[in-house]
Amino acid sequence: MGRFVIIFCLWAGAATAAEDLDKRTAALAEELRCLVCQNQTLAESNAPLAVDLRNQVREQLANGASEREVREYMVARYGDFVLYKPPFKASTAALWLGPFALLLAGVVLLVRRLRRPRAPEPALSSAERERVAKLLE
Amino acid sequence: MKRTWLPLGFIALIALLGIGLTLNPRQVPSPLIGKAAPPFELPRLDQPSRTFTQKEMLGSVWVLNVWASWCPPCLVEHPVVTELAKSVPVVGLNYKDAREDALPWLARNGDPYQLSVYDAKGRIAIDYGVYGVPETYVIDQKGVIRYKHIGPLTPEVAQKKLAPLVKELRGG
Repeated sequence: MGRFVIIFCLWAGAATAAEDLDKRTAALAEELRCLVCQNQTLAESNAPLAVDLRNQVREQLANGASEREVREYMVARYGDFVLYKPPFKASTAALWLGPFALLLAGVVLLVRRLRRPRAPEPALSSAERERVAKLLE
Repeated sequence: MKRTWLPLGFIALIALLGIGLTLNPRQVPSPLIGKAAPPFELPRLDQPSRTFTQKEMLGSVWVLNVWASWCPPCLVEHPVVTELAKSVPVVGLNYKDAREDALPWLARNGDPYQLSVYDAKGRIAIDYGVYGVPETYVIDQKGVIRYKHIGPLTPEVAQKKLAPLVKELRGG
């Protein structure tokens, strides 16, 4: 009985470790771009390279690498492009700030337009007034 | 003043986006340019018992060409590689292939390679950031990657990019 309990514990421990590894691999694969089908993540893609890279992620995590180390491994080979959330630096500044700059420019234009004094309504001459009165009758 | 400024800004934005549309998203700039070629020691395609390492090429300018018998664009670029190999040593990295397919492929189409190494699992190719076979690297005397071409080599790329670069590296 004792032996059975020990075996069961080892088995259960191994199972949760494997599950944990699966989860970490899946989470990391969600962040990485498949280089073959570029609008898919490694997790979504079934391209042979994506399968190889998923296996790499898994193998490295199993060998004790941290998420950060695996990310660095991928970036060293494929560049920032492999990250769905690239780091903020000089070469990616336009990517990160561009949309906000455009939004700001839009807001500035809008505010200026709204603040612009409206042209006064043209006054009607007495002849025009008479004509309006006739038309409205 | 304001009336000219606004359309100009709009045109600039359109131009920027237009340029973006002409770029090829497949040409991902490699972070490996200017870095040492990742080390490897792999069995030779023709002689499984012998290995080859990139260190053996130190001291000469050479080209690493990633190919596979299952890859149609590799066949397309093969005449260009054959021509290139007349002026610079080309080492083949046979990628996720099987010897019984790769060796007949070379017998059929000619073997321009100084030798090919056999990367059955594609593990070394990952170190080189390969994601679309064929890919071609120019490596200098010190073992530094100087250029990478993704996709089939065209005669234009071979003549206008690779040949002058090899010449320059040899001269310098």
